[in-house]
Amino acid sequence: MLTIKNLQANVEGKPILKGLDLEIKPGEVHAIMGPNGSGKSTLGHVLAGRPGYEITGGSIFFKGENLIEMETEQRARNGLFLAFQYPVEIPGVSNMEFLKASVDALQEHKGEQPMDSVSFLRQAREMYKQVDLDPGFLKRGVNEGFSGGEKKRNELIQMLMLQPALAILDETDSGLDIDALQVVAEAVNSLRSCERSIVMITHYQRLLDYIKPDFVHVLSDGKIVRSGDKSLALELEEKGYGWISEVE
Amino acid sequence: MSKQALNHIINNEYAAGFVTDIESDTLPAGLDEDVIAFISAKKDEPEWLLQWRINAYREWLKMAAPDWAHVNFPKIDFDAISYYSSPKGMSDGPKSLEEVDPELLATYAKLGIPLHEQEALAGVAVDAVFDSVSIATTFRSKLAEAGVIFCSISEAVKQYPELVKKYLGTVVSQADNFYAALNSAVFSDGTFVYIPKDVRCPMELSTYFRINEAKTGQFERTLIIADEGSYVSYLEGCTAPMRDENQLHAAVVELVALNDSEIKYSTVQNWYPGDAAGKGGIYNFVTKRGLAHKNAHISWTQVETGSAITWKYPSVILLGDNSIGEFYSVALTNNYQQADTGSKMIHIGKNTKSTIISKGISAGKSSNAYRGLVKVIPRASGARNYTQCDSLLIGDTCAAHTFPYIESSNSTAVIEHEATTSKVSDEQLYLCQQRGLAAEKAVSMIVNGFCKEVFKELPMEFAVEAGKLLEVSLEGSVG
Ligand SMILES: Nc1ncnc2c1ncn2[C@@H]1O[C@H](COP(=O)(O)OP(=O)(O)OP(=O)(O)O)[C@@H](O)[C@H]1O
Ligand SMILES: [Mg+2]
Repeated sequence: MLTIKNLQANVEGKPILKGLDLEIKPGEVHAIMGPNGSGKSTLGHVLAGRPGYEITGGSIFFKGENLIEMETEQRARNGLFLAFQYPVEIPGVSNMEFLKASVDALQEHKGEQPMDSVSFLRQAREMYKQVDLDPGFLKRGVNEGFSGGEKKRNELIQMLMLQPALAILDETDSGLDIDALQVVAEAVNSLRSCERSIVMITHYQRLLDYIKPDFVHVLSDGKIVRSGDKSLALELEEKGYGWISEVE
Repeated sequence: MSKQALNHIINNEYAAGFVTDIESDTLPAGLDEDVIAFISAKKDEPEWLLQWRINAYREWLKMAAPDWAHVNFPKIDFDAISYYSSPKGMSDGPKSLEEVDPELLATYAKLGIPLHEQEALAGVAVDAVFDSVSIATTFRSKLAEAGVIFCSISEAVKQYPELVKKYLGTVVSQADNFYAALNSAVFSDGTFVYIPKDVRCPMELSTYFRINEAKTGQFERTLIIADEGSYVSYLEGCTAPMRDENQLHAAVVELVALNDSEIKYSTVQNWYPGDAAGKGGIYNFVTKRGLAHKNAHISWTQVETGSAITWKYPSVILLGDNSIGEFYSVALTNNYQQADTGSKMIHIGKNTKSTIISKGISAGKSSNAYRGLVKVIPRASGARNYTQCDSLLIGDTCAAHTFPYIESSNSTAVIEHEATTSKVSDEQLYLCQQRGLAAEKAVSMIVNGFCKEVFKELPMEFAVEAGKLLEVSLEGSVG
């Protein structure tokens, strides 16, 4: 699904990723943890193709294709999805319009007819219910005036509608109450399949109680310094990140 | 105008930019009283109208071109313009369609405006004005059944002289301003509408203006009279060929809404805007004003995307008590376009109400200014105005300005003004792209969202098309 080798990237001229390796196979769920400012979000943006994020070395292959050469929207159409840590507002553009436009863009890319409005609406309403948001939100501007938790749920809806091959969730569990955590978990688990891969960036191992990851990685200063299974997350919770640098 | 017509107004890369190869009677460039006499004679006008034109011309000579607008352009040489051009054989005004040059019909068909009634969109009557003359008006007999008069103004002068004489120049006088005076002197054609008392016009009326000849100006004059208790909705659309030199379009539109009547006037203006380097394009200097009598309601809706320069302030004089004036505007500028547009609401009657919603979008190196005046005279007690003007910037090289003027001489008047400026941010574009949308689609979606309040005022079938027009006009503004 995704093969990253020796990835180096700059943000605003400053090196952030410093030789990162990661291999994700179809069907796998990976958790990425690490201290603030270690480059977790940067990795997500580099994969998603955020303008201004410059790749200075290494390679990324996504479903066998060179990801670096793909435009941002091309990556999305090929099935790469990023749930943002800080979703922006787009006033005046309704969630309904926005969702329909992205679903249509992906359908078109697959050479399929756009979904008819009735089934689209039915499906979208379902998704809102699934993440415990009032379907009335469909009429509101994208993230416009949403609370922090509502924004996160809105990201999940987009993910569920687009059914990505690779979903990267950047701290979608942060700032959520306990019930919401379960909502996130259910959404992600409903997406799990042998053809899909999921990357969860998180600070809290409790999310991993609900979504059992196949691998846990620790990102520190732009590199993956430690990989393991779920027990690594528990260990981290107990001992903190300092423990890792001590071990090194 | 049909949906298809609008599609053509807005087509990619200015598809309306072709030239029709047709022989024309075009007057040599220059303006004097002989030229005016020629135009008047060509149209077989009565003496009073000739005199009216000459008076306007003499006023014009005393006036200077206005320089207060936030626009820059080289001084116009009014002697380098031809003031009359008509497709050969059409100077006598519209005949039956059988006599119209097929080349002309083909032009309108190409623009998506079939003039054969059986092909036209049901429910929309069209007056087609080509350079200086009206070449065809559809659905006239159907309208006549309702007593509605819909014809070219030249024809109205002949057929309904009392109506024309009674109302022409009563809303925009001959000496109103420089361009209105020029128009009054040389106006060639335009549309005339009269809705009789208590009649609800059975169909949308529309005029499609087309400039074809090089080095000509278009000076159309539109006069719409809604008699007591009547209702009409009118839509105009405009295109012109792509030419390297600038062309002048100085129109005057007068609306008379008598007691208890309602006029909805919508414009989709897509004159050629010039190329991406700012060469060529139409100078659109237009005076539009409505006079609202007691309980009357005048509403202007405009979507302005074309023209190199737009100078235009559709206004309402709220003369009668309880009258209502509205102005809904989307003005989009890209590349080197300049727009200075807005509205004037003059409250004279008691309990008069006005609303101004202006949405300015600037991209490229363009400049977009809102200029508005809300005036309340001492006797207009209970007057209310709500003004909202929002600017949206795309990129870092464009500019937006707001010049609101408020003159209130009545303490009971309530005037509210709100203004915002926002920018299409890189983060917003990135979010859209991450969801599979191309940047241009994203911008057009954001812009459409921004304009929603105005689009909902357009006749239904045109609202979607207006959105597409913005999309096309924004081409090249991102990425
Ligand atoms: N636009 C920018 N300009 C300069 N530095 C930046 C920019 N964006 C990110 N950085 C820096 O890059 C580093 C990595 O940031 P990143 O957001 O990837 O961290 P993170 O691991 O996601 O942290 P957190 O856990 O707090 O979300 C930080 O030091 C941050 O300040
Ligand atoms: Mg982060």
